[in-house]
Amino acid sequence: MPRQHAALLASLVAAVAVTAFGGALNAYHLDVAMNVGIAIILAVSLNLVNGHTGQFSLGHAGFMAVGAYIASACTLRLGPALASASSPVLAQHSLFLGALLLGGLVAAVAGFLIGLPSLRLKGDYLALITLGFAEIIRVIFQNTPALGGAIGLNGMPPLTTFAWTYGWVALTVFTVSCLINSTYGRGFLAVRDNEIAASAAGLNPTRYKIVAFTLGAFFAGIAGGLFAHLKLAIDPRGFDFFRSVEIVVMVILGGMGNTLGVIVAATLLTLLPEVLRPVAEYRMVIYAALLIGLMLVRPQGLFNVRLGKSRI
Amino acid sequence: MLTVTNLSVAYGAIKAVNGISFEIPRGAIVTLIGGNGAGKTTTLQTISGLIRPTAGTIRFNDEDITRLAPHKIVARGLCQVPEGRMVFSNLSVAENLALGSYLHRDPEGVEHTRDYVFGIFPRLKERIKQTAGTLSGGEQQMLAIGRALMSRPAFLMLDEPSLGIAPRLVTTIFEKIVEINREQGITILLVEQNAHLALEISSHAYVFETGQIAVSGPSGDLRDDPRLKAAYLGG
Repeated sequence: MPRQHAALLASLVAAVAVTAFGGALNAYHLDVAMNVGIAIILAVSLNLVNGHTGQFSLGHAGFMAVGAYIASACTLRLGPALASASSPVLAQHSLFLGALLLGGLVAAVAGFLIGLPSLRLKGDYLALITLGFAEIIRVIFQNTPALGGAIGLNGMPPLTTFAWTYGWVALTVFTVSCLINSTYGRGFLAVRDNEIAASAAGLNPTRYKIVAFTLGAFFAGIAGGLFAHLKLAIDPRGFDFFRSVEIVVMVILGGMGNTLGVIVAATLLTLLPEVLRPVAEYRMVIYAALLIGLMLVRPQGLFNVRLGKSRI
Repeated sequence: MLTVTNLSVAYGAIKAVNGISFEIPRGAIVTLIGGNGAGKTTTLQTISGLIRPTAGTIRFNDEDITRLAPHKIVARGLCQVPEGRMVFSNLSVAENLALGSYLHRDPEGVEHTRDYVFGIFPRLKERIKQTAGTLSGGEQQMLAIGRALMSRPAFLMLDEPSLGIAPRLVTTIFEKIVEINREQGITILLVEQNAHLALEISSHAYVFETGQIAVSGPSGDLRDDPRLKAAYLGG
């Protein structure tokens, strides 16, 4: 069994084990740990687009919103009907898996549709148009009464467990790092390094960009579904521009295109506001100062190594 | 092998190439020479599919490739070594070469081509694990040519391979270009500012001047042609 498959299996087993013995952890710690997991999924998937492929997207929160709303709508509509099933817990969690996947797939379709026209643009223009599309997605949800309008959706069943969260974390990290270290995946790095040379070598840069965008959006949708069933209430404001920026900051701080660094940065940036809780009103000031400090000291990102050895 | 007919290319309102025609026979080394802004690189990039022409046709092996996407043109055996040593600077030498063989999925064939590239440029083998961005200018040019060879082209276009490289290495690279042409039978289209060297290794030359072909003929004849000196100096 290749090293990466073994690592994936071990992570999945560990995630289930922690859930089984999760009673020992206090609820607050468990909640923070799951927030960290969701942040990792978001940051690692955005890193595929912004870091590895070099396409600066500011729209990740939009895809997260699609996943969150679609998954929530599924569990809210179909959940009550399953209460009478012979094994309600199993039925609920099967439904949750289906809802997450559907949310991810619809987000991926949104990513594909948005990616198709906008990836003809580069740099700042691409960043602006992805930001615009994410806002459009948000405004659509805000004005759809069936999805709660400005109030949003609430009363979702609390189905996001440690196992679900870290299972998806493992799957996201596995998919992205295996992809990047494959022969096909080296194309993403080639497109980032030099698009003209990539074309000249026989690669189709547009296709790579769309694959990155679609796959990134899929995992953002999954993260959205997990987020919705952890917080149990979502509203359009939760998926605004600042959420996108938060994820971009994790990617930049972790080091563009560096999966391990991005995981650490997502963890740090999620834990930091919690750790700073005792200083109350100065919390965000210190948070901002630390961010600026880190960027000054490590502009290249926290780490400078590639996760997983290249095969050649 | 390659026939360009009445090709015109414009950047907005500015015409870069204005109705040029030329033909390159199989197995030849042909050069396009001329001053800055004469339209040489534009012509190459249009043949590669990186730029769309406003008029004219490009035929390769009796197929119209005028509006094909760049990666599809590479798949037909027409490969460009872009100007300014465009290597993937954050990737290793080995990874750069692997990307060159992107279109070929037979491990043995890829291995064989790679050995051939290392035979031509032993320096690349020495630096196989090094990040391409840390190579010297000449080594990056070798890598760019090596990467193009990995796609097993039938037709290779080189855009100013002598640009910004130590003179001693320029001679080496030109010798290797001749070697590739002779041993592999790869047809070569060479764009150069270093007219003297380009005329020495090529059989036929086209002299570009403000988007048009000013003079053309066998390279041997052009070497002593006073009109060439005039055209090249922009007079």
